[in-house]
Parts: sequence; structure tokens; C-alpha cells
Amino acid sequence: MADTTEMPQDKFRLSQLLYDARYRSMTIQVVAAMLLMLSLAWLVDNTIQNLAALGKDFSFSFLGTTAGYDINQQLIPFTSQDTHARAALVGILNTLLVAFLGCILATVIGVLAGVLRLSKNFVVSGIMTFYVEAMRNTPLLIWILIVFAVMTEATPQPRDFREGGGAEMILWDSVAISNRGVFVPKPLWGEGSGLVVAVFLLSLAAIFILRRFARKRQEQTGQQLPVFRLSLALFFVPALLVYFIMGAPITLEVPELGGFNFVGGIQIRNSLIALWLALSLYTSAFIAEIVRSGILSVSRGQTEASFALGMQPNRTMQLVILPQALRVIIPPLISQFLNLTKNSSLALAVGYMDVRSTLGGITINQTGREIEGILLLGSFYLIVSLIISSVMNLYNSSVKLKER
Amino acid sequence: MKKSIFLGTLAVAGLAAGLASAQTLADVQARGTLKCGSNEGLAGFAAPDANGNMQGFDVSLCRAIAVAALGDAQAVEFVPLTSQTRFTALAAGEVDVLVRNSTWTLSRDTDLKLDFKGVNYYDGQAFMVNTALGVSSARELDGATVCIQTGTTTELNLADFFRVNNMTYEPVPVATNAEGQQQYLAGACDVYTTDMSGLAATRATFESPADHVILPEIVSKEPLGPAVRHGDNEWGDVVYWVLHALIGAEEYGVTSANVRELAAAPTENPEINRLLGTEGELGAMLGLPNDWAVNVIAAVGNYGEIFEAHIGENTPVGLARGLNAQWTDGGLMYAPPFR
Repeated sequence: MADTTEMPQDKFRLSQLLYDARYRSMTIQVVAAMLLMLSLAWLVDNTIQNLAALGKDFSFSFLGTTAGYDINQQLIPFTSQDTHARAALVGILNTLLVAFLGCILATVIGVLAGVLRLSKNFVVSGIMTFYVEAMRNTPLLIWILIVFAVMTEATPQPRDFREGGGAEMILWDSVAISNRGVFVPKPLWGEGSGLVVAVFLLSLAAIFILRRFARKRQEQTGQQLPVFRLSLALFFVPALLVYFIMGAPITLEVPELGGFNFVGGIQIRNSLIALWLALSLYTSAFIAEIVRSGILSVSRGQTEASFALGMQPNRTMQLVILPQALRVIIPPLISQFLNLTKNSSLALAVGYMDVRSTLGGITINQTGREIEGILLLGSFYLIVSLIISSVMNLYNSSVKLKER
Repeated sequence: MKKSIFLGTLAVAGLAAGLASAQTLADVQARGTLKCGSNEGLAGFAAPDANGNMQGFDVSLCRAIAVAALGDAQAVEFVPLTSQTRFTALAAGEVDVLVRNSTWTLSRDTDLKLDFKGVNYYDGQAFMVNTALGVSSARELDGATVCIQTGTTTELNLADFFRVNNMTYEPVPVATNAEGQQQYLAGACDVYTTDMSGLAATRATFESPADHVILPEIVSKEPLGPAVRHGDNEWGDVVYWVLHALIGAEEYGVTSANVRELAAAPTENPEINRLLGTEGELGAMLGLPNDWAVNVIAAVGNYGEIFEAHIGENTPVGLARGLNAQWTDGGLMYAPPFR
């Protein structure tokens, strides 16, 4: 029993750091980390030195000074006497607006195009293939400029809408499509309109509850409710009833020609339309491919099994294929939403006043605070991207395969 | 993650990476070319001609500086800059001098760390409209849609003008003059506003210039001049005195036609002699050859010749001398003594 072999007590030698597989990876990581730190230090030092050489300081106090410039599209009130910080906020809201609208439209078009590309009809799938390839193989900036050029060059000027000008408003003289944008009626909220809105919101909630109740009932008893018809009735009837009882408190302000331009109504500027459409069309091509790959990832056997159970094709799609496809679709969809949001910074090309144009454009230019401005701009996009991806990750975890 | 931080910092540092050198003249001479920040295209001021050579009022000043520093009017690399990128490009060392219809203001001189070296064109902001609108004064523009180049002083003046006069307007921001022109001609804006000279230059390129009128109100002072980086006084002196040699030469009657003759031997006028280097050592004080002004004027002409050739009344731009006449003719152009 005493012949247990004595393990050679290795003393640690320095050369082991390089030649011993146990330590080598650690050595490489430490060296790499040190090099990284050194280059970071060098970059920061270089920036500080150059700022000092130019005689510039590093300060964010410019945000509190008067902006002095005007912004055309404002979601919150802004005048040229407000601060650069508020101008940045106006820009941020404009960025979020176009990103939000863009994500919705891109998803709608993308899902449609993706599903249609799988169509058995040769013409439909051919057209969709052409659409997807044309969109995603040309730069986004070109699409933005194309849509903008069409909107400004191919539409009439406001003064053409005067008598004998050759242009007419559409939809019972309520909507004007001009080269300054699309003018649509604006709702005016009269006295008692709050009640109408409240009732409408309540009926929306009721629809939601009804659908849950219907599903539960079907699961328990197998009986189906006419959900669609009931929802439709709930959507319109109560709100309309209250609307007329209150004496039609919500009226429309129709845009009219006055002076140089249309007055009244809401102006949807061409810059917003161009950016929104181009971003949506471009991103939708990528989303279409994601949707197609998601649907194709569900094996054919699932469809056949579903058909064998006697399910209709649309129920099969809704209940069998899409829930499984979503697991494949959601993660790459997140990155498309992020791309769309970040791509909206091309807004300056058409004069859309997003945060890149206000904070990252005019403010930087008028104050000369490039580094501070770009840092703020970068952190804004970083934060927005992180928020979008965390929200979408939450959604992803709700649809992904539940592993137990 | 680490990698992305690294790249991000790299990008930030890159903004300031062009090391601002304190001896631009030596750098220019070592490089053999002058990097001149110029307009990306404004007829009469800086635009390529049929052969692709840059021509214009501002371009001539760049060429004059190149002749002084390098002895060659062609040794200029023109860097087209937008109104948004121009000051950053200069501060970062992308260009040696900025001659791009840039207005001299206090904050640009101090906070942006630039130095304006004199004024080569006294300008003011004006408004251009289509005659079909029937507008005769800028005070009738309430509610108008205005195309405006972003990142300019005109953008701020515009906001002030409309605010002070209790009028509203809709700004349509554009990045370049070309874009503004296209938007204006398409009718996407009623009014185009920029410096008076820029409007005249832009209108000159229209198909039917007579259909557009520049309103009489001049709403701001826009002294346009060459700018250099703050802190390099030697280079600033060169730019300043090249500009004022051009202005002085006109005052003394020195032209590209007679400058060689006048420089051949000292003349009766000691001021001309010192300017042309036949008397004194003024060139050496600037770090330039003593006959620098001779070469400059021979290559590009004096201020009056440059003005008449590119933007004067006999050109499509058709600007009168106005404030830009010599002080002896009631204008503001005044060169300090060459002594």
C-alpha cells in the first residue's frame, strides 16, 4: 500500500505561461486586455491633446444656450428662442416618430411580401422576388431620394390648387397632395369629446376581454362565439352613440388655401413621407426574407398533420405554422427594427429634422461642439437600440419554445 | 463588446485626429499643394468650368494664396465642403484655409477657434421669390415656406427676422445650394434665402432668371472672408496680406497686365515698390519670396479684375461693386499700408 507513486510536485515556471495549455489562453487574454487599455488610453489622450491644441474645452453647457434656429416639424412646441437641449428633444421625438411608423409599416409590408413570395402562383411569387431583390440590393439613400423626388417633382404646388390651377383636392375636398406634403383634416376636440374618447377606449378594452372570454369558453365547452361580429359592433356602436348624444363634439378642420400655402388641417411633410416610405420599403425586403425563412423552417409534416386533422389552411397558418415560425422570425426581426431606427439618421438628405439633423447637424454646426454632440447622439441611438431590443426580447421569450 | 467600445472610441478620437499644426505655411510648402476648403458649387464664386478647372471669385483667392506660398496657381487642391462640414474640416486640419462664403462672426472667431483674415466680400442676406407670387417686400412673406441652407448664419437671421416682424414661416432645411435651388425651382418652397451674392449667382444659372426677383430688404450683415485655424499667426498673416495685396493692387492701379512692367524697376510710387518688392524686404517678413505679390497679381489679377471676371456686372451673376468698391470710390475695401 505504500507504493503510491509520488506525484512530481511541479513548481510553477514562467515559461508555462506560454507553453502550458492551461495558462496560455489566460496569458493571451491578459496581453490583449492590456493592449486594448493602452490603445484606449492613447485615443483618449490624443483627443484631449488635440482639443487642447485647438484651445477647445469639453463642456455640455452649450445645451442650455439659445438655439436660434427654427424647426418645421415639432411634436412639442419649439421656437428659435428655446435651448439647444429642447431642439435636441424635438429631434429625438421626430426620430422616434419615423422609427415607430417605419417599424409598423415595414412589418406589414414585409410579412405580406414574405408570405406572397411563397405563393404557388408564379406571377405573384415572381413579382415579390423582384421586389425583394430590387429593394435590398440598392442603397437606402437612393430610395429615400427617389421617393422624395417623386413627392416634390410629380405633385402640384399649393398655388396650383387655386381656380384653374389644374390640381384638385381628393376625398371630398378634404385631402390635398402637394409638393410641400400631404394636408389632411385635423380633428377639433370640442366640449364633451373626452367622453367619446373614453367610451371608445372602454369598448376597445371590452373587445379585448370578449376575445379572451370567447377563447376560454371554446377551450372549456367547445362552443364558439361570433367574435368578429361582436367586436365590430363593440368597436363602432357605443362610441358613435355617445358621439351623437353629446351633439357631435368632434369636428374636422379641413385644410384650405390661404396666402402662400394651405392653412388648417395637419401637414404631413414630404420629408417625413419620403423617409417613412423609403425606410419601410427597404426594411420590408429584409423582413420578407426573414418571414419566408421562418415559414419554411416549419417542416411540411406539420402542415400535413394539421390538414389531416381537418383544419382549414388559414387556421393551419394561424394556429400551427405561425407560432412555430415566430420563434425563428423574432430574433432577426429585432435587428431589422434596430437597423431601421439607426437608418433614420439619413433624414438630413431630405431635410427631415430628426435628432441627427438638429443635435447632430445644426446645433453642432452653430456651436462647434462636435465631440460632445456626436457623443450625445451616439448614446441616444445606443439607448434607443437597447430599449427596442430589450422590449423585443421580452416578446421573444413569450413566443419561444417553453423548455421545461 | 470590448471590440465595439474600442471602435467607438476610435471614431470619437478620429474626429480630433487631424493634428492641428502650428506651422501651416511650412506644411503647405513641404506638401507642395494648398488644400483650400471651397464651395461645392456656386456659380461665380467656386464652380468648375467646361474643362473641369475650378473657377470663381473665392477660387481666385485660393489660387492667389497658392501662388504666394508655392509660386504655382495650379498647386491647389480644392476640398468641396458643405455649410455643415466646413468649420469642422478646417479645425481638424483637412484644409489649410477656408474660402467659402463664410460669414465672420464673433462666436466663430472665438468659440469655433477660427481666425477670419479680412473680408473679401461684404454681403447681406436677402430673399428671392418667383415674380408670379406678386411679392415686392420681405415683410409680405408671412406664412411663406422658406428654403434655407442649414448650419449657416442665414438660418439664424431668418429666425430672427420673422420673429421680430411677428411673422410665421415654414423652414425647409437643405444641405447644399444645389439642393436648395432644386427645391425652390420645384416650388417646394416659396422663398429661397441666402446671401445676396449667392442668390444672384444661383439665379444666374436658372433657365429664365427674369422670372425671379430678389427682394430689396437686406436683413443682415454678412462679411464673407477667408478663415484659418486660430493660433497659427504666421499662416494667418500670409492669408491676410495676400488678400490685401489684391485689394491694394487695385487701389494703386497694379493689374495683371502691367505688374511685370512695374516690378521690373522701382517706380515713382514707394507704396507700389514696397508691395512689389522692388523696395524693402516685406516678403521675407512674411516668410515668402520678395516678389510674392508680383507673382500673385500676375497669376490672378488684382481684386477689381477678379471681381469683374467672375461676379461683376458683365457676368451672368451681374453684381454691382456696391460696398465692395475701393474706399476711394465710396466702398469698404481698404488695404492697410504696405510698409
